[in-house]
Amino acid sequence: MIESLWGVLPEALQTTVIIVAKIVAIMVPLMLTVAYYTLAERKVIGFMQVRIGPNRVGPRGLLQPIADALKLMFKEIILPTNANRFLFIIAPVLSITPALAAWAVIPFNETWVLADIDASILYILALTSFGVYGVIIAGWASNSKYALLGAMRSAAQMVSYEIAMGFALVGVLIAGGSLNLGDIVQAQSGSILHWFWLPLFPLLMVYLISGIAETNRAPFDVAEGESEIVAGFHVEYSGMTFAVFFLAEYANMILIAALTAIMFFGGWLSPFQGIPLLGEPSLFWFLLKTAFFMFCFLWFRATFPRYRYDQIMRLGWKVFIPITIVWLLVVALAVVVELPWWFD
Amino acid sequence: MAFDTLVFYVFAAVLVFAALRVVTCRNPVHAALFLVLAFLNSAGLWLLLEAEFLAMTLVLVYVGAVMVLFLFVVMMLDVNLTEMRAGMRRFAPLGLGVGVLLLVEMALIVRSSAFSADQVGDPVRHAADYSNTKALGSVLYTDYVYAFEIAAVILLLAIIAAIALTLRKRPETRYQDPARQVSVRREDRVRLIKMPAEKRG
Repeated sequence: MIESLWGVLPEALQTTVIIVAKIVAIMVPLMLTVAYYTLAERKVIGFMQVRIGPNRVGPRGLLQPIADALKLMFKEIILPTNANRFLFIIAPVLSITPALAAWAVIPFNETWVLADIDASILYILALTSFGVYGVIIAGWASNSKYALLGAMRSAAQMVSYEIAMGFALVGVLIAGGSLNLGDIVQAQSGSILHWFWLPLFPLLMVYLISGIAETNRAPFDVAEGESEIVAGFHVEYSGMTFAVFFLAEYANMILIAALTAIMFFGGWLSPFQGIPLLGEPSLFWFLLKTAFFMFCFLWFRATFPRYRYDQIMRLGWKVFIPITIVWLLVVALAVVVELPWWFD
Repeated sequence: MAFDTLVFYVFAAVLVFAALRVVTCRNPVHAALFLVLAFLNSAGLWLLLEAEFLAMTLVLVYVGAVMVLFLFVVMMLDVNLTEMRAGMRRFAPLGLGVGVLLLVEMALIVRSSAFSADQVGDPVRHAADYSNTKALGSVLYTDYVYAFEIAAVILLLAIIAAIALTLRKRPETRYQDPARQVSVRREDRVRLIKMPAEKRG
């Protein structure tokens, strides 16, 4: 019955339905992860600071994200006086769109990828660079000096760290010999020692730290800087508009974690490759690696004090960019001489 | 109408609208944002032409970096519309003249035989595994390597010149030296003095 109905549909409609189903299959788990990531953050930081964390809503506080989401949905969206109405509303949308659209090219295992395009690293770079507009427009449209200051800080920081991040990705694509994320994972096949974290270790460090700076997370969260500029670019936002900014920040953190796992830690490949059963590549390994880097984000937030603004700029321009340029030369040389183990 | 023709017309229409708004907008921030919209739509058009490398770099470089810095500056400006309109009558003939000149030049070039449609031929559809990035890279680094290198050196020169022009040490500005900051020890800043209590109780 269902099969015959399916066959009646025109072919264009069939592909559309399949693609939409795939998008839903990525978005729903992603949104649930974002919701529970906020709970995990409060629990993990609570544990690190010897507190209990949220434990009132549901068993062990497990329903807390649902309660938070309901609260945010029913709160009033307040428009500041003389704010630009259209830009004020569109800013959170602009910040979440690239955070979600980037997931289209993330390979979950050999076959599970929504769009297996040739230039997926370029696509990711282009989209993450677009994310800064949500912040800038929010800061400007709010008609508030704190929001504008936060937006300025954030824009300068994101543009500076994008350069180091882009150079780190250039190193990955030289080592992997491809712009396609799936091919880059396949190039790391072998064992845990064949993964790119070892030959590209300086780039891994630069990428991870720039990733934290790009997502405006502690210790680089001067864009929010609650002790100086209240909450930075989203100080005027309330209710659902604020929630969307929040969603975008967490979706971006998960994205950076997933990309680190793919580009430096072999994605879906098993660390015990060669051993039966345990050495099988699977989605499970990818999720485990991503979860570890997601935990690192929380760990860093609980550990490091906030950077001073001029030190952030110094780190980005005067430390990271020279490191990446030097290591790019090293990697290019290693590829040319076909250094055994990784590039032969 | 084929689907990609429809997509082309949507992108093209939004592009023309956005480009018009860039020059007609009163508010410079809005104008800059319309320019971003125009860039995004032209990236879409390039994607339709299978030039994915150019499309992505347009978004990455112009939308992601150049326009952010533009907005950065424009947002800081205190725009006074009446003041901006003051010189309008005086500068209008000059602007009009330059505009007409540019239009005539562009018309001459576009209508010349080198740009006519029969010179270029129909674009070839490539298979899904065709890599535009790879094709572009191999041409840039083999056939056009000298031109490419010269362009790179000129850009580098421009960067160094810009830095050299703006870099000046002012004696009254105080700079921080991070190396000295981190090497400070406790003894340099705190002096503990032992002294007897002054008040006896």
